[in-house]
Amino acid sequence: MNGWSNEIASEIFPMVLEGFWTVLKVTFVAGILAIGLGLVVAIAEQTAPAWVRRPLSGLMQFIRNTPLLVQALFVWYTTSLYINPEWSAFAVGSVVLGLHYASYTSESYRAGIEAIPPGQWEAATALSLPAYRTWGVVILPQMMRRSTAAVANWIIAMFKEVPVLFAIGVFEMIAQVDKYQGLHYAGALEGYTIAGLLFLAASYPVAVATRRLENRLAKSHY
Amino acid sequence: MDWSTVIDSLPGYAEPLLVTIQVTVMASALALVVAFALGLATSSKHLVVRTPARAFVELIRGSSVVVQLFWFAYAMPILLGIQFNFQILVGVIALALNYGAYSSEVVRGAIAAVPKGQLEAATALNFTTFQKMRLVVLPQAWPEMIPSLCSFAIMLLKASALVSMIGIADITFWADTLGGRPGQSPLPHLTVILVIYFVLAWLIWTGMRWLENKAKQSVGVAKPRKLKADPNADALGGVVEKSSTTQRRGGVK
Repeated sequence: MNGWSNEIASEIFPMVLEGFWTVLKVTFVAGILAIGLGLVVAIAEQTAPAWVRRPLSGLMQFIRNTPLLVQALFVWYTTSLYINPEWSAFAVGSVVLGLHYASYTSESYRAGIEAIPPGQWEAATALSLPAYRTWGVVILPQMMRRSTAAVANWIIAMFKEVPVLFAIGVFEMIAQVDKYQGLHYAGALEGYTIAGLLFLAASYPVAVATRRLENRLAKSHY
Repeated sequence: MDWSTVIDSLPGYAEPLLVTIQVTVMASALALVVAFALGLATSSKHLVVRTPARAFVELIRGSSVVVQLFWFAYAMPILLGIQFNFQILVGVIALALNYGAYSSEVVRGAIAAVPKGQLEAATALNFTTFQKMRLVVLPQAWPEMIPSLCSFAIMLLKASALVSMIGIADITFWADTLGGRPGQSPLPHLTVILVIYFVLAWLIWTGMRWLENKAKQSVGVAKPRKLKADPNADALGGVVEKSSTTQRRGGVK
């Protein structure tokens, strides 16, 4: 237990990398869910009748204001005790993460929709466009420009929260370090440091690119 | 599900609830200090101050809060050759540094948003740099920060559940332990704490609204307008006013 060891670091690196691969896979699945479901929720909150809209907003608010960890445990126990014990932690974790972040992305979409000038809606009405055309060719394309950067930021944030799913047994980086520690009674310093740096290496370029995109979209639009 | 055992176990939640509140409040307070220190440092015009602060913020924001928590709990003691006696401090420090780094961007942004003329006027009045900050810039920047800081405080509350993973007995830890006992189902316990977290988040939100109104009044800015748009506003060509707590577009994290 004294200081950094290159030997341990080189031994643990492939394991952490494997965990990182799992993180990327979860991010991919949950990201698609967050992007898609968020949009569905945002549109439903604008168009659905009140008896759908109210409970939906309530649910989204509840999801946004309670910890992901507890939600993951809750859903994990529900599925494994009452629904189907065969469902993998990977699948359940990805869905929970995707849902959690859909509650955030839907807010970004909503802000994008509300920022569209009322004249656009009025013009669509004046042309008597059917609802699906109004949304498809007038509202959504304009909303996309306004929301893309914000949604991208949520996806980056989501990527960094994947390790929470360690609690339900998704075999990501912390689990890998944990496993190594269990076998060798060492490797915490090396493992967690490498894990942190991998996150940094992956998320920093994306964050910088998002910032650029944000600036560009902002300039082109306002 | 057997709810009576859950109701019987409710008094046992008092102590873990205190731990959750302690972690959240202590980490929020420390995060606020970190946010102001880093926010002021990153808006400094001196490169020697700005660069390290910027690097630190990017380092923290670039990696994951969970990994940082484990790093502080298990890697740092090896690196420094010391052992913390209070695991709870580790949790507080890790959360405070993470959310402090995020919030420092809010502080920086709000400082940058104070109109230039205000600073020029302060210079004309021969204020020192410290006086400018304390008397002119910060009182105006502060109300602008509150909504975003409120979102971060709620995120910090949610992140406080993570400290259960490094063995701190907060409500998440407690619910998981109780729920894992023979003959008990974890679901009712988890439901109980989900409701507790929601109520705590609501309390933070309400408190922050009050604080925002207070701060705005103190610098002579009118109360924020109502959440819902005035139905007549559209007809008059008015812009729909959004709530100040709406997630800022492109808000980081």
